[in-house]
Amino acid sequence: MNVVVKGLTGLRDWVDDRFPLVKLWNEHMGQYYAPKNFNFWYYFGVLSIVVLALQILTGIWLTMNYKPDAELAFASIEYIMRDVEWGWLIRYMHSTGASAFFIVVYLHMFRALLYGSYKKPRELIWVLGMFTYLALMAEAFLGYLLPWGQMSFWGAQVIISLFGAIPFVGEALSLWIRGDFVVSDVTLNRFFSLHVIAMPLAIVGLVFLHIIALHEVGSNNPDGVEIKKKKGVDGKPLDGIPFHPYYTVKDSVGVIVFLILFAAVVFFAPEFGGWFLEANNFIPANPLVTPEHIVPLWYFTPFYAILRAVPDKLIGVLLMGAATTIFFLLPWLDRSPVRSIRYRGPIFKTALLMFVISFVALGYLGTQTPTPEMTWLARGFSVIYFSFFLLMPFYSKIDKTKPVPDRVTGK
Amino acid sequence: MSARYRVPVVGVNRQNQAITWRFCAIRVLIRSAAIVRMSECGNDMSDNAVDVNRRRFLTGTTAVIGGVGAAIAAVPFIASFQPSAKAKAIGAPVEVDIGKLEPGQRVTQKWRGQPVWIVRRTSAMVDALDTIDGKLLRDPTSNESIQPEYASNAWRSVKKEYLILVGLCTHLGCSPSFAPEPGEIDETWVGGFFCPCHGSKFDLAGRAFSGFPAPTNMTVPPYRFVSDTRIVIGEDEGGAS
Amino acid sequence: MIRLIISLLTMLCLGSVLAADSHGPAMQPAKVDLSDELSLQRGARVFVNYCVSCHSASFMRYNRVAEDLGLSEESVKTNLMFTSDKIGDVMRVAMLPSEAEAWFGVPPPDLSVVARSRGPDWLYNFLLGYYIDESKPTGVNNLFFKDTAMPHVLWEQQGLQRAVYRAEDNGGGENATIMRLELAQRGRLTENEYKRLVRDLVGFLVYVGEPAKLVRHRIGFWVIVFLLILLVSAYLMKREYWKDVH
Repeated sequence: MNVVVKGLTGLRDWVDDRFPLVKLWNEHMGQYYAPKNFNFWYYFGVLSIVVLALQILTGIWLTMNYKPDAELAFASIEYIMRDVEWGWLIRYMHSTGASAFFIVVYLHMFRALLYGSYKKPRELIWVLGMFTYLALMAEAFLGYLLPWGQMSFWGAQVIISLFGAIPFVGEALSLWIRGDFVVSDVTLNRFFSLHVIAMPLAIVGLVFLHIIALHEVGSNNPDGVEIKKKKGVDGKPLDGIPFHPYYTVKDSVGVIVFLILFAAVVFFAPEFGGWFLEANNFIPANPLVTPEHIVPLWYFTPFYAILRAVPDKLIGVLLMGAATTIFFLLPWLDRSPVRSIRYRGPIFKTALLMFVISFVALGYLGTQTPTPEMTWLARGFSVIYFSFFLLMPFYSKIDKTKPVPDRVTGK
Repeated sequence: MSARYRVPVVGVNRQNQAITWRFCAIRVLIRSAAIVRMSECGNDMSDNAVDVNRRRFLTGTTAVIGGVGAAIAAVPFIASFQPSAKAKAIGAPVEVDIGKLEPGQRVTQKWRGQPVWIVRRTSAMVDALDTIDGKLLRDPTSNESIQPEYASNAWRSVKKEYLILVGLCTHLGCSPSFAPEPGEIDETWVGGFFCPCHGSKFDLAGRAFSGFPAPTNMTVPPYRFVSDTRIVIGEDEGGAS
Repeated sequence: MIRLIISLLTMLCLGSVLAADSHGPAMQPAKVDLSDELSLQRGARVFVNYCVSCHSASFMRYNRVAEDLGLSEESVKTNLMFTSDKIGDVMRVAMLPSEAEAWFGVPPPDLSVVARSRGPDWLYNFLLGYYIDESKPTGVNNLFFKDTAMPHVLWEQQGLQRAVYRAEDNGGGENATIMRLELAQRGRLTENEYKRLVRDLVGFLVYVGEPAKLVRHRIGFWVIVFLLILLVSAYLMKREYWKDVH
């Protein structure tokens, strides 16, 4: 036993002379001081990384048997589902993982809204996170074409056509994205390349930057208190605890709970009632027939509902784009002196609640066949959605905040 | 499930405490449906005292269970590299009609994507096999080579007349050429197969000659006779191999 | 938070109420049971006897059917394989696609994943929903797939049904609402026997749509049991470490 320990220590020292192994470990794990009062909402960061790793792993395996060819793609998925040993499990993990990714990322983003994690000095963490989110949306959209079912095909057709709304260059741009007059084999092939190489690289890189930026300024917490301001005689934050082992053990509990829920979906409800795998996508792509009811997957529907609520194509597209990118401005729109919802006043609390309701309601409306009433509802919720951001400089300033304590509260 | 476990604390020194904790932890794991509070087990200690042994034990347990889980999770990923149902279907046994094969002739049949040769040997060819000096052969009795039980004989086939071989050189997998006539390759040539890649030589039972790179005799695939003129390659008498 | 969830749920319920507007007879649940191996075997028999002449299941291999349905390969070869002689082959169609197109106008679709795109309930009701309609080339129409090109292949079993229209529609017309179907000509089977036959067939199609379904619930159960054990261990570990944190 001693020999092994000695050998490993020797190896570590050998590497450490040539690579800052111990330094990196200490900076990011062993001596990275995180606030001790993280609550439920703080699991979703690590869960995003877990899902990212799962997606990359299962994606590599799917790529081994998937064929990015319009003639073969649909059949190659069924080949994976039947002929490849355990292929069904790997595929279901990937398809469930896509939705799980958005669930954890949306909750992760909501956490930032709750506790003001985007506020100074964490603006860049937020901006990098937003870029990751946009990259993730692109990744999901590109990947959804690959099964080459009806929803894949018509979803891509509709989204690419959105670019056609851009004045002057729109049509040429759509053509350029497709590489053909319709979504075709050419489109499938380039989407495949982007989905398996370009976007994953971008996402991993962005996540890396996101974490580097986070560890530079330190984590926020449910009280929105800056723990670095109160240090003990040893120079360590009084309210901080080393990430390892305290948060590694705590996060492993969260990860296991997540994996239980994830396994429940993968093994017992991989279609999730049509929300994760749509019935129409089990029909091979047919460029001549559009399915009666086409909707994007659930994670895009809030934006899709905004698009449909606007009677003008160009403005609709612009508003949809704005709905996703307006998040970038949050750090500068929020002028409240406090970060956490705990010390904010009633106006912000109401605004956030209204925003969440409108986001979910838009998401729901986006999945439904539009009726005039629903379109009006969507318009109303769209107004609330944008008001949350655009009015924030005013209401966040006049809101009556509560005094923020010096130290984190143990709650 | 609310029954409480009280384990008698047998001692106060570290060693005994550790044993107690271990015993208790196992019982807790067994009763894992209800998350039994560990602190209920050893009530002599305050909740807040750090117990290094207990910590080490729980870390070890979690790491071991987690490690087992990771190993199990790896199984589907590793198993997915196995030949798929499609590959197996394509590699299924093939039935060949050999009724039209003339003596001295060879036909090539694809099985599992590989060339399989069926040679109808003349009686002169079979007799010639016995005249080859065993010392010239790498593995005259085919002890080191791959063939089914029923082809482990001097002529390496079920029927002397028909030789069935996987047509790949045992050196690096090139497909040797068929040179049945004596003297066809050089003066000492008795008839057999010659590999153009690295010069390995085999006789008409697929046995490798010494002094050339091929390490073993050519492989005989599983096969069986359905009738006098039909054989199935890839299937033993007992069924699919 | 709770307020939010409640308002969400209310909205979802409201939505589904709004969405539920049906006309004509409602769909009956198919109630297929994948654990009933005998039913799946009977379904396979119906499938090869009545469906494979026009429809393929080109992702489904015969040897997989044998393995999953507890049949020997020999039995599959003699009882189920009419379009192929290799046990590893997929369920190909008997007729040529060009012929099919000429006969039906559209090539009959592959049925490998039809249970996943249409759903078992739709398939079940579709196969029960044929009724006499002399204006169609096949002589029949369907309640759940209007103007389908598919003839009533199972009519000898079910018999022929006639549509009963809403009273004010006076027995037919373009937009008449069908209230129910009634038997016009008896078939070989009673109504319940026919329903069982269709249920067997739909069960087989559900299996064909996803053969892994037979095993994934069982595997999933053990995966979750394992993760729960791991959870207990990890939770105790976490509690132990967090005793340090005050």
